[in-house]
Amino acid sequence: MTTMQKLLQLPVNAVNIVKTVQSQVQGQEEDKSPVLTPDNAQQAWYSAVQPDELRHLRSGGSGGGGGGSGGGSEQEERGLQEEGGGGGGIFHTQPLRHDDLKEMLDSNKDALKLEAMKRIVAMIARGKNASDLFPAVVKNVACKNIEVKKLVYVYLVRYAEEQQDLALLSISTFQRGLKDPNQLIRASALRVLSSIRVTIIVPIMMLAIKEAASDMSPYVRKTAAHAIPKLYSLDPEQKDQLIEVIEKLLADKTTLVAGSVVMAFEEVCPERIDLIHKNYRKLCNLLIDVEEWGQVVIINMLTRYARTQFLNPNINESLLEEGGGGDKTFYCSDEDEDEDEEKEKQAEVSALAKRKPYVMDPDHRLLLRNTKPLLQSRNAAVVMAVAQLYFHLAPKAEVGVIAKALVRLLRSHSEVQFVVLQNVATMTIKRRGMFEPYLKSFYIRSTDPTQIKILKLEVLTNLANETNISTILREFQTYIKSMDKDFVAATIQAIGRCATNIGEVRDTCLNGLVQLLSNRDELVVAESVVVIKKLLQMQPEKHSDIIKHMAKLTDNIQVPMARASILWLIGEYCEHVPKIAPDVLRKMAKSFTNEEDIVKLQIINLAAKLYLTNSKQTKLLTQYVLNLAKYDQNYDIRDRARFIRQLIVPTEKSGALSKYAKKLFLALKPAPVLESPFKDRDHFQLGSLSHLLNAKAGGYQELPDWPESAPDPSVRNVEVPEWTKCSSREKRKEKKVEKPFYSDSEGESGPTESADSEPDTGSGSESVSVSVESGSPSDSEESEESSESDEDEEEEEKEKKKKKKEIKQMQASESEQSSEDDRKRDRKIKEQKSNSESESDEDSESESSQSESSDTESEVEVKKKKKVSEPKPPSKPLKKEKKEMSLLDLDDFEPTPSPQVTPVNTFLSNSLVTDLEGLSLSDSVLSPATIAPSSALKNYELLHRITGEGLSVEYCFSRQAFSPDANMVAVQMHFTNNATSDTKNLHIEDVKLQSGMRVKEFAEIELLPAGEATTAVMGVDFCDSTQAANFQLCTHTRKFFVSIQPPVGELMRPVFLTENEFKKEQSQLMGMNEISENLTLDAKCRNEHAIVQRVTTAANLSRVPCGSDKECRFAGKTVTSGSLVLATVATKDEGAAQLTVNCEKMVIGTMLVKDLLLALTQ
Amino acid sequence: MIHSLFLVNASGDIFLEKHWKSVVSRSVCDYFFEAQERATEPENVPPVISTPHHYLISVLRHRIYFVAVIQSEVPPLFVIEFLHRVVDTFQDYFGVCTEAAIKDNVVVVYELLEEMLDNGFPLATESNILKELIKPPTILRTMVNTITGSTNVGEQLPTGQLSVVPWRRTGVKYTNNEAYFDVVEEIDAIIDKSGSTITAEIQGVIDACVKLTGMPDLTLSFMNPRLLDDVSFHPCVRFKRWEAERILSFIPPDGNFRLLSYHVSSQNLVAIPVYVKHNITFREGSSQGRFDLTLGPKQTMGKAVEAVLVSSQLPRGVLNANLNPSQGTYTFDPVTKLLTWDVGKINPQKLPSLKGTMSLQAGASKPDENPTINIQLKIQQMAISGLKVNRLDMYGEKYKPFKGIKYMTKAGKSVSSYLFEFLFI
Repeated sequence: MTTMQKLLQLPVNAVNIVKTVQSQVQGQEEDKSPVLTPDNAQQAWYSAVQPDELRHLRSGGSGGGGGGSGGGSEQEERGLQEEGGGGGGIFHTQPLRHDDLKEMLDSNKDALKLEAMKRIVAMIARGKNASDLFPAVVKNVACKNIEVKKLVYVYLVRYAEEQQDLALLSISTFQRGLKDPNQLIRASALRVLSSIRVTIIVPIMMLAIKEAASDMSPYVRKTAAHAIPKLYSLDPEQKDQLIEVIEKLLADKTTLVAGSVVMAFEEVCPERIDLIHKNYRKLCNLLIDVEEWGQVVIINMLTRYARTQFLNPNINESLLEEGGGGDKTFYCSDEDEDEDEEKEKQAEVSALAKRKPYVMDPDHRLLLRNTKPLLQSRNAAVVMAVAQLYFHLAPKAEVGVIAKALVRLLRSHSEVQFVVLQNVATMTIKRRGMFEPYLKSFYIRSTDPTQIKILKLEVLTNLANETNISTILREFQTYIKSMDKDFVAATIQAIGRCATNIGEVRDTCLNGLVQLLSNRDELVVAESVVVIKKLLQMQPEKHSDIIKHMAKLTDNIQVPMARASILWLIGEYCEHVPKIAPDVLRKMAKSFTNEEDIVKLQIINLAAKLYLTNSKQTKLLTQYVLNLAKYDQNYDIRDRARFIRQLIVPTEKSGALSKYAKKLFLALKPAPVLESPFKDRDHFQLGSLSHLLNAKAGGYQELPDWPESAPDPSVRNVEVPEWTKCSSREKRKEKKVEKPFYSDSEGESGPTESADSEPDTGSGSESVSVSVESGSPSDSEESEESSESDEDEEEEEKEKKKKKKEIKQMQASESEQSSEDDRKRDRKIKEQKSNSESESDEDSESESSQSESSDTESEVEVKKKKKVSEPKPPSKPLKKEKKEMSLLDLDDFEPTPSPQVTPVNTFLSNSLVTDLEGLSLSDSVLSPATIAPSSALKNYELLHRITGEGLSVEYCFSRQAFSPDANMVAVQMHFTNNATSDTKNLHIEDVKLQSGMRVKEFAEIELLPAGEATTAVMGVDFCDSTQAANFQLCTHTRKFFVSIQPPVGELMRPVFLTENEFKKEQSQLMGMNEISENLTLDAKCRNEHAIVQRVTTAANLSRVPCGSDKECRFAGKTVTSGSLVLATVATKDEGAAQLTVNCEKMVIGTMLVKDLLLALTQ
Repeated sequence: MIHSLFLVNASGDIFLEKHWKSVVSRSVCDYFFEAQERATEPENVPPVISTPHHYLISVLRHRIYFVAVIQSEVPPLFVIEFLHRVVDTFQDYFGVCTEAAIKDNVVVVYELLEEMLDNGFPLATESNILKELIKPPTILRTMVNTITGSTNVGEQLPTGQLSVVPWRRTGVKYTNNEAYFDVVEEIDAIIDKSGSTITAEIQGVIDACVKLTGMPDLTLSFMNPRLLDDVSFHPCVRFKRWEAERILSFIPPDGNFRLLSYHVSSQNLVAIPVYVKHNITFREGSSQGRFDLTLGPKQTMGKAVEAVLVSSQLPRGVLNANLNPSQGTYTFDPVTKLLTWDVGKINPQKLPSLKGTMSLQAGASKPDENPTINIQLKIQQMAISGLKVNRLDMYGEKYKPFKGIKYMTKAGKSVSSYLFEFLFI
């Protein structure tokens, strides 16, 4: 110990203090000081606070206590003892001990101060009062030792409210801290200052927050955002000023600040939705890089925002629900030939605006797109937030993506499961289909806690429908055998609900429940009785045996609710059991006095009903029962008896009512509707506390209803100057320092990528490393600043050049998304310029060809396109691959010199495509051809003009369904008579086919005059093989041997799959059924359109909508056997791509791969 | 947001409280204790309790309730997730998260809580940032601190909070550069009486222990990435890369972390590595029941099935069990009626079995509950789904790291449940 003292070189007075402490605290053990003991092992601060208690305990003489502890220090051992003792504290020596602590705090030795502070913090942790130490503690606020300082802060924040005047002593320290050159010190000073809840310093706080909000360091700005709600809760009158600060911080472009400021927004002014407009797109784009807690807050806020700003994407669906008439006109108009007529019709419809085809706002799409990746977050709260966003905002067809993520959360901690299941239960009521594939994930495990089991049961019940009810019921049977009785009861009720909802199984369920009546467990029986009662009410006539059976149960069953249910049933349906009912009443009358109240009431009911129907047998019994009830202890029962007597027993006094007694008692009662308790809970925002409690919690912001018509979307447009004119050095630097970590890849792989996406993605990976380097914290601020100043100059120069050249370059480089070095980009753009010019031309070509192909679409469809294309022009400038083109567009369309730069619009054109796809997917009316970009059909020669002696025949695969036989491929033949004489009696003969193949000949062409042409369609069933069909083509004079050999791509027809279905099918076609090839895409074929076009030309497949823009998916079915054919083209950097074909028929798969490879590489 | 936090131990004592805003009286916990009393099992306490002025959101971990007090609307999962994060941090710091550990380190706990929440809103939850702020206590450090008077609180400022890769600190140096990845898969299955599988799923995680100098940029690719049906990532994984190429590309945090958790698509057949032959019968009228259980390996690709532990909840009517295991030991708890059999390793030549009789309450009728059998097991060096890591590459640093990958299969909540009779046929 002495060496230890030497080491520490304690001043004499310190040792004295120690000694006094010891003498008071530890009696004779003077050689062990509380300060110096911790050399042995961990300090037991927790228990060290109350040595008086310890002594108390020690004198109690408990010996061993914490003997096993490794440290062996006396103090710790006692600490453990104290824990064992339970730690109820009596502070009779408290002032004394606090004096010691004060002395320690007053010493000039940091170690002593630290020791004292630790003890004090431990006291706070235990909830003991340490407020009288305030003056002693607050003196140390400027202590050099960082840990002492931090602990003083902890103390200060805890007690400042109680000791306002003294707390003011510390303020100057923090004010000094706010001016510190180190950002972290500034931040922590602001943090503590704002945490001190003393009203007097409100102006100081306000000033500090305002100053910090424009601090250079984003970390300080983040702290400022955190301070806002603190100040607001202290003094709500500052609201207006705080809103100004919030507005300023909302405009901040760093991920660090975004989450915190939205949190402040939510606490201070959630109603000021207008503040979000200008920042909406930025928030969406930053979202993926914000820290996870901020993500939750932002997503929840944006959900509300979107509800006020966008139109309901499911408006068509709700129209459909509304009524048949309305939607009919809507769809008819799609195919309407006559425009005038259509107009008339539409005029008839009153709410014209409503009927407008829905087009999703690109901003709405942006939100959905940018939140989707967060479903993969490890943080359950983020996943839930995205799920609720999709549930409340996404078109019906897209909501499904959240199911998988939610099911994943079910493997997390039970508390997480609890919350998720509550939300799933609500979702399953509205969108049952979404969770049906995951039915088995909701099966109950014997290890689940009861509350989880019951929620899972709820979900299973909601998911039950005609197709899966048998599996669910089988599961339920197992549950009935469980030992957890609450759960068994819930299961029986669930069976009851399934039975009411699904008519087909009602009888099965009823039988099952009746069997349960013979169960040995009374609870099971009782619960069954209650449920059976409800079921029987739906169709009583059929089930008099069951009622009889239940009547017998009254002898044994004791659970009051069940007895009451049986009695009610017998009374209600007494005419079905005319013999038994009076007998039951007799028995009940006997035991009346011993029954529970609810049973007594039902006995009176039964008696009354029997009296009315069968007064001869039951008159006396009824009177007996009523007399018994008259003297019952319960006044409800006495009242009921009096009431009923007056009603049913006609006396001279009783008035008109008794005439209606029969009507009153034997009225037809409506069958109960067994509803889920989660019905209609979705008017609360999902995932919220209010939803969970099914009651509005304080501070809950209502989820607004969709607006009738969308507010002006232009409010979200951000002025260009704000983006481009970040000439101030500070802003520029921000951009450097806080490059979003991943946003770069986000931006590069934006959905509209097509022609020149490859070089960009190449640089994307580069830029990741760049951002990492620049972002590495080792870079001190100063060095960055210096390096930046150089860069700035360069950039300024360059900008001048750029302005001369192209506006769009600048825009691209200034766009928030791109975290690339400006210089690099410049170089690259220059390089690409030549390429992209030609490529973008192509792009437009392919687009136009697509729109041509969509001529088949209805007028309305085209209109839609036009409507969407109106807001399109401003979007174009941002798209990298359309730079050149857009420049032209700008000149043409934009009178204003400042083009609107909206990073959002990057997604527009693509979202248009997906929107249309989405629409046509949901509208079965539209023909499939509108989606698959049909291309010019390839003609094959069947008979050459020369061999045919003037008759030439070409054929093509028209890709139409061959109506006489669905298993046949339609072959369209085009006959041209080039000869001078007519050709007659064109027909087919002598068909030679491989086994299984069939041919449906075209009708004989009687006459083909010279110089004329005609077409005919024949059907060939190729049996999913590429074997040729050989036959003779006969005219009235000649016979020609011809053969039709189909390319493999024509042996299929498109089918429609959703993305999920596709994935599901694909996962079933693995292994042997999957063929993949790597390829290098043809230079002209590196955009999505080109790929889609080439693939669909080569094979009769249809495009499957796909979330990823790097993948094109196609699906089809072979014509004869209907085996699925799935093709995927996944593009990578530099034109590399992978082609995957999944098909049960390996031969077809292999051949298709060959064909597609050829199509894509040439 | 989060107003206060109370830690409650199994016996219902509040042993720690922390307030981030004004002080909330600990009497608010009375509502929690009420709910606790109502619940039959500790895990049945509702996670969210509504009281007149506050809402209590709690999680139960390591027999400690972490009760957060909320005053206004906040997503419950937000709080729950945060509380779990707190527990994880404690575990990370103290090795265990027990009442004793928290009491011993009460100051560190307080400092941690102070940093993790600011005014009830999460501030620093990355363990890497926290460790820079507050060093985890070790015996050695406590020694040094006492002698030199230095402290647990980091001298440097938490630069990690400013970084674009907040999960990794700078200036990491190792002499041996190593990266280890453990692919651990859990099978979750429900098997019915006849042995056919009702549901079976595989969930896996890849836990990593990366000790690499500098700022390495790693990519991990799989032989068969399509097996992964649903994934969730550590925030360090670049999502776009995964979407496009099915490659995990990331700058790893320093030390231990969970890189990925995944779910193998349910379409793929799950091979259950063991089978159970059972014969559990009760005869009507007799006070004896037969118990006969045999385990055998199935589809294990030659790997040994280890650490097998069978547990079964027997019906309440069973008074005692007199059984004879061919290997391992068994225990039967007459109060909870829980039978556990520690089998150990399964030897395919000599299958382990447990046979004997159960004595029932005299005169009681035949129990009609169905006993369920839970099996725990471990298989080393095999991922049951067949997932294989293809390669691991490192960019951004010059040295050559040592790389290691380990596979393991475990049983999750594997349940075999046995139906005794069918009701609805």
